[in-house]
Amino acid sequence: MGVEVKVTSVLQKLTGAKVVHGDGGTVADLLVDLDGKFPGFKNQIMQEGSLHRFVNIYLNDEDIRYLEQLNTKLKDGDTISILPALAGGSGETTNYKPRTAN
Amino acid sequence: MDHGHLHIDRMTGVVDPASRDAFPPENPCEGEMAISVYIPTPFRKLTGNRQNVEAEGKDVGEVLANVDKQFPGFHHLVFGSGTEVPAHINIYVNKQEISSLDGVKTAVKDGDEVAVIPSMAGGSGDEPPRKRIGALTGEQVDRYSRHIIMPQVGPSGQRKIMESSILIIGAGGLGSPIAVYLALAGIGKIGIVDFDTVDLSNLQRQILHQNDDVGKLKAVSAKETINAYNPDVEVVVHGVPITSDNSMEIIAQYDYIINGADNFAARYLVNDTCHFLQKPLIDGSILLFDGQVTVYLPGQGCYRCLYPAPPPPGMVPSCAEAGVLGALCGTVGTIQATEVLKLILGVGDSLHGRLLLYDALAMEFRQVRIRKDPNCVLCGANPTVTALIDYDAFCGGAFGHTNEEEQKAADAAKAIREQAKV
Repeated sequence: MGVEVKVTSVLQKLTGAKVVHGDGGTVADLLVDLDGKFPGFKNQIMQEGSLHRFVNIYLNDEDIRYLEQLNTKLKDGDTISILPALAGGSGETTNYKPRTAN
Repeated sequence: MDHGHLHIDRMTGVVDPASRDAFPPENPCEGEMAISVYIPTPFRKLTGNRQNVEAEGKDVGEVLANVDKQFPGFHHLVFGSGTEVPAHINIYVNKQEISSLDGVKTAVKDGDEVAVIPSMAGGSGDEPPRKRIGALTGEQVDRYSRHIIMPQVGPSGQRKIMESSILIIGAGGLGSPIAVYLALAGIGKIGIVDFDTVDLSNLQRQILHQNDDVGKLKAVSAKETINAYNPDVEVVVHGVPITSDNSMEIIAQYDYIINGADNFAARYLVNDTCHFLQKPLIDGSILLFDGQVTVYLPGQGCYRCLYPAPPPPGMVPSCAEAGVLGALCGTVGTIQATEVLKLILGVGDSLHGRLLLYDALAMEFRQVRIRKDPNCVLCGANPTVTALIDYDAFCGGAFGHTNEEEQKAADAAKAIREQAKV
């Protein structure tokens, strides 16, 4: 059964879908599993073993920062949401034009 | 409003001289080697509600600078962006107004008392000069009848709406529906911050602007649209980029701040300024088919609690790069407008403490809990960000467009045009 993982449109480029399924006893294990299925997944949300500070992961509706971070335990039927900060207010030319990610 | 022992005529702003004898209050720490500074009620948000603070300095200017060091933002509240004492602020040393002494150069010594007294009619200092709405006119009753008929609004609620002032950051995708619905609702004063001009590519979603507006300053186009909808709304055009130099002055003038900014630097700047000025912030952001909305109330968490740091440039694309569904702006923007109207009316449960997630593809709304982070560098127990910072640097040069980036954007635009021809 595993864990349901919801991602935003940006990560969908890697996963192909906005809802994917993964397995793992903890959030860290789950991310390893997802990275196996979707190579590059961890790189999008993590750096040197920690989550990027503009990315939050929620177990059901709770931020894992206030649980056991990456060691937060998972059980079948849980829902994980992975949410990066969005900056868009949908201006156009005032948008900053970031360097393309390599 | 409590002005301590000082009696200020609310209509004329005249300080009753008889009340000055009772003011400023005696320094409870008299005898200690410092100068006591009386902080007026509207500025006490900065001082943790303290009426008197201790400061050091040889003259009034130095003392106030020292207060600003202890309570960042104080100087801005008193002086705005200038260096002269503005006309609506009086400063007293031991009950004597300093313009009759040596102005800000007036010498002070330990044990002296400096009092800062804003004497603006109907409120003061950073508090927006409040509109007072009396009985609604017949035309207003007609116009707002669908509000007034609801028990949660009624005539008094409608008057609250008409007495409120709101600042909208960005007259773009989010700012458009926010501004239109708040204008229709009869908000008294709407400020628009946007330095950009209307581009044809904006018209896919930015309902404040129309074909004939292309090339016009967005804030001006916004004002025209708002007043075409509702001529009663006072619209203030802030047609400049919001920066660390002007954000305190601009944001101080409004009751509620709504964020429709399109870059991380502006989002952190607005968040930090709202924290320092204790303004409620209604935050929304969008990309592709996704939206996020929440409300930050003063002292109860902030954007930095949710996202402690911005992504490195390139990690999260902008709407210009990745695109955004036009109608998504309406969904998210009208939720922001709804939230501010609820705050004004004091009804319902605000999104405070909750992040509302909208997925237009799944057509699904969800929410997650957000908390005040006790370790937040801005609003946590031991803050390290105690004044506005360099947000460009913080966000990796978010405002700085290199030639290479400009070229890439131009190439992308060219590619879009080429595709469209096929």
